[in-house]
Amino acid sequence: MIEISLGHYLSLGAIIFFLGVVGIFLNRKNVIVILMSIELILLAVNINLISFSIFSGNVVGQIFTMLTLTVAAAEAAIGLAIIVIYYRNKGSIRVEDIHGMKG
Amino acid sequence: MLIHSFFFYFFSIIAIFSSLMVITSRSTVNSVFFLILDFISVGCLFIMVGAEFLGMIILIVYVGAVAVLFLFVVMMLNVAEQKQSWFIGKKSTHIPTGLIVSVLIFLELLVVVGGWKYKDNLMSSSTLQISNISNTHQLGLVMYTDYILYFQLAGMILLLSMIGAILLTYRERSGVKKQSYLKQISRNPSSSVELKEVESNKGIKIDD
Repeated sequence: MIEISLGHYLSLGAIIFFLGVVGIFLNRKNVIVILMSIELILLAVNINLISFSIFSGNVVGQIFTMLTLTVAAAEAAIGLAIIVIYYRNKGSIRVEDIHGMKG
Repeated sequence: MLIHSFFFYFFSIIAIFSSLMVITSRSTVNSVFFLILDFISVGCLFIMVGAEFLGMIILIVYVGAVAVLFLFVVMMLNVAEQKQSWFIGKKSTHIPTGLIVSVLIFLELLVVVGGWKYKDNLMSSSTLQISNISNTHQLGLVMYTDYILYFQLAGMILLLSMIGAILLTYRERSGVKKQSYLKQISRNPSSSVELKEVESNKGIKIDD
């Protein structure tokens, strides 16, 4: 409890990952919150990578974290652009209004 | 050890609380505020554990770019709702949340210095710590030599996403006058200057 080990950081990552996944399924409001949940999931992945990197003394995990971060930023930009054009065409980004593909 | 665990629990409890608030809060703007708080907490955690460079990168990229992009899009899309909650009602719902989040961020920024200071006696048990070389230095030594290909690839991904975002949101507007370089360059004196006979007391109509 007192001594912070690798397990503490992995637990934190797991909890945030779990909250992100729950956020995707729980959300009935708009698509932006789903994108934010995806960002939470990627953040949890980053926590895992960095804690493994620090606790095993290997710096490669941090390099990989930087790649994850790049992909996350690119994904956020593209996703938000898609949301903007969807809103421009349909006038709504509520989750229950988005059923164009009958999924 | 005790101090380090105190810092860990401080930041991680704030991170978990704020990620809970991201997925449950009623208004989307509040979700973005708590997302920012979450990113800052995790960034402080990274700084505290010894990955200073990535903590700073998280602060710059996530908080400074991604979260602000989210906020921007939220404000752009739900204009009607935002106006209602900001200007018509006397009590704004965003200001208290914003205050809570900013006070928490301020506290974290005060605390993280202490956490970073006490990291050395924490990491004594880890296997391979090259001392007297900083985290940023270590990363730079590896990233620009062994992993230069991945670095370039990340840059290509960013370029691609930039082109994609511009292409997706671009739209042709009618009725807007634009400068056309090709037209400007390709005109010649014979086509651009015209002599006209002006009748007296009538004038001449010039249209562009």
